[in-house]
Amino acid sequence: MSEVLAHQEAGNDKTMLGFWIYLMTDCVLFASLFATFAVLRNNTFGGPSGHELFSLSFVLTETMILLTSSFVCGLAILASRSGNKKAVMVCLAITFLLGAAFVGMELREFSHLAAEGNSWKRSGFLSAFFTLVGTHGLHITSGLIWMSVLISQISRKGLTMPIQRRLALFSLFWHFLDIIWIFIFTIVYLMGAI
Amino acid sequence: MLGRLSIHDLQHGPIVLGGQISMALMMIAVVALLTYTKRWRWLWKEWITTVDPKKIGIMYLVVAILMLLRGGIDAAMMRGQQAVSVGANHGFLSSDHFQQVFSAHGTIMIFFVGMGLMFALINLVLPLQLGARDVAFPFMNATSFWLFAAGMALVNLSLVVGEFAAAGWLSYPPLSELAYSPGVGVDYWIWSLQIAGVGSLLSGVNFIATILKMRAPGMSLMKMPVFAWSVLSSMALVIFAFPILTVTLTLLFLDRYFGMHIFTADYGGNPMMYVNLIWAWGHPEVYILVLPAFGVFSEVVSTYSKKRLFGYTSMVWALMAISFFSFIVWLHHFFTMGAGANVNSFFGVMTMIIAIPTGVKVFNWLFTMFRGRIRFTSPLLWFIGFVVTFTFGGMTGVLMAIPSADFQLHNSLFLVAHFHNMIIGGVVFGYFAGITYWFPKIFGFKLNERLGIYAFWCWLVGFLLAFGPLYILGMMGATRRLDHYDASMGWQQLFIVAAIGVAVIGTGLGLQILQLIVSIRDRNKNRDTTGDPWNGRTLEWSTTSPAPFYNFAVIPKVHSRDAFWAMKQVKPEHRVEQEYEDILIPKNSAFPIIIAGFAFFIGFGFIWHMNWLVVAAFAGLITSLIIRTTDDDSEYVLTADEVRKLESARPKVEAL
Repeated sequence: MSEVLAHQEAGNDKTMLGFWIYLMTDCVLFASLFATFAVLRNNTFGGPSGHELFSLSFVLTETMILLTSSFVCGLAILASRSGNKKAVMVCLAITFLLGAAFVGMELREFSHLAAEGNSWKRSGFLSAFFTLVGTHGLHITSGLIWMSVLISQISRKGLTMPIQRRLALFSLFWHFLDIIWIFIFTIVYLMGAI
Repeated sequence: MLGRLSIHDLQHGPIVLGGQISMALMMIAVVALLTYTKRWRWLWKEWITTVDPKKIGIMYLVVAILMLLRGGIDAAMMRGQQAVSVGANHGFLSSDHFQQVFSAHGTIMIFFVGMGLMFALINLVLPLQLGARDVAFPFMNATSFWLFAAGMALVNLSLVVGEFAAAGWLSYPPLSELAYSPGVGVDYWIWSLQIAGVGSLLSGVNFIATILKMRAPGMSLMKMPVFAWSVLSSMALVIFAFPILTVTLTLLFLDRYFGMHIFTADYGGNPMMYVNLIWAWGHPEVYILVLPAFGVFSEVVSTYSKKRLFGYTSMVWALMAISFFSFIVWLHHFFTMGAGANVNSFFGVMTMIIAIPTGVKVFNWLFTMFRGRIRFTSPLLWFIGFVVTFTFGGMTGVLMAIPSADFQLHNSLFLVAHFHNMIIGGVVFGYFAGITYWFPKIFGFKLNERLGIYAFWCWLVGFLLAFGPLYILGMMGATRRLDHYDASMGWQQLFIVAAIGVAVIGTGLGLQILQLIVSIRDRNKNRDTTGDPWNGRTLEWSTTSPAPFYNFAVIPKVHSRDAFWAMKQVKPEHRVEQEYEDILIPKNSAFPIIIAGFAFFIGFGFIWHMNWLVVAAFAGLITSLIIRTTDDDSEYVLTADEVRKLESARPKVEAL
């Protein structure tokens, strides 16, 4: 059976590489959206610009929530290395709540904008804004679904090798979204607020 | 409940009706045949749920060939129309129908024929060439195929329900925006490409991981066959280019569905952004298609010249250089945008530079043939036809790379002739050579050589007749996508010659179908019992034809390039008997087709504005993904004893 074990290790290796490649494709995806936003950011068509719309303190809170969730996600990985199932589940649950809070705040921002008549239909700039930030939000949402599946699996099966692998992949994904958010925070909000 | 769908969307003119009836008859025939021969279970167990790349490759091949026929009929209709639609005669196609036909032709030929043939060959050959038992992610591979099939199904469904896009194969806005294309055609286009495109993206990830992680022991990157290198560079382009396509299509969809203003002509949208994005994908895309064809030629030339490939290292560097440059030439598709002299000259110069590594490859192939023991088999003929046409097409490409010349030739038939020169001469000839070359490895018997040679000559002559006149017409000012012109232009004779050329190509296609039928009839005469019918050089020939489902009973050890050739040089008494070992085999799964089915309904729901269907299909998709990814029992063990039993029942590879 050593052959089978070696196969599993090789499988881990392959999956890790495959997931990294996937993340790079996602990176190109966001790069294209950033490029579109950069081209359209001044096309307000007489509507409001970012300077008039964004509240930096609100976005900073969002950012802090997301960064904290990433930190807690890192703690979950550490706990999984030492085989502490309960700590993993607690950390994941906190990560989940923080992620959900982030999505909630984003939705609030979006609905505010729409209620004031500044929806994606208003101008090219707002279309690009909603698309870029919304795509990140959708990624976070799919991360939330992934996390809930992970939590239920860990509670049923424990920290088996495939589950540890999925946990590692998830944490890569979550940190990646953090990095993307830092760029959104800088390029969309900070540079927009100037 | 049905969104925008109504009974009127099922009513069409006589030509489309003909297409529908023939499609329906074909389906009924297939269903009847399967039922009559009681093959449904077999179809499900052996094909639909398979995760074996060799079978997936064959399914890609079948889809691509069917789509080649569909795209070919579109081509014939276009040239037929142009040959007769002069002056008072308006031909047999309405303008709107003509526009749908050329949009469908381009879309189908690139996405479902070119990509289909490419993924077919990669699936069939790559793992065998690497000395691997499988691809890195077999389940994902099957999912890629079924997503491709779902996209294909949507394109063809548009023939029956609704209409197809009439805005060209790349659907430029603002024409493709809701204001100017209010029908569902563009939505069909968006969703068929989106679904097939995600499949291609997954394949890109899969094959890169396969090449980087699954090579036989001893096969360092620089000992890999050049076909594998060409796949690596092509798939690297896939993972960088296809996300851009995904984004571009999504943005156009958001404009059309949610009323955004990203590419619209008003409200601050920017249509040229779309053109930039689509070509940032589109230009690498043509290299994605042609690089594996270069790889095929490298194998074919070296095998049939009985020589090792000339200039292996420079071949690899040329592939990498082409991959890199292909990302910084996209603007040459629209010099007329008016980006300014500096920008245009940068892209013009880059476009000329990319011809250099391509030239290196051509010379390397020719030097491989030099003083080789050449066998003029049909794959080698395809190669020679390729060198002639592709080089000519490359030169017309360099001509158009001069921005000032391009202002004259932009959107003319000269351009149409140029890119068909590259795609038919490069991609199509390459994949035909590959299919002929590897056919015995895939099916266990050779193709009829005489009919193959006839088909080649028809294609070559037909190609020259069909596209030579287009160069001249382009110079005379004929633009692309014309469904009618005035007699005083003096174009009709040339259009008639072009139409005759299409007929000759059609004859070639017919001969290929005949070749397939005759070869199947005579399969026992042409059976390949050796595993190595062409005196090959790479590992795929070191196993039987067709290969067993585990590819290799014992994973080969590689010491040099042309690994199989080196093995054949070792005297039999010096060869070491190797031990069989347990093999892990992935289990068949129904999830790939289920996932792709849900993707299909998401697309269909969005096309017809049936939001309930989108939500339901999306929920189904997520659920099936969760069920599948949490399943830890997706493989089984084939023990060493079972391998030994299977091996003793199979013929041996003669050369080993």
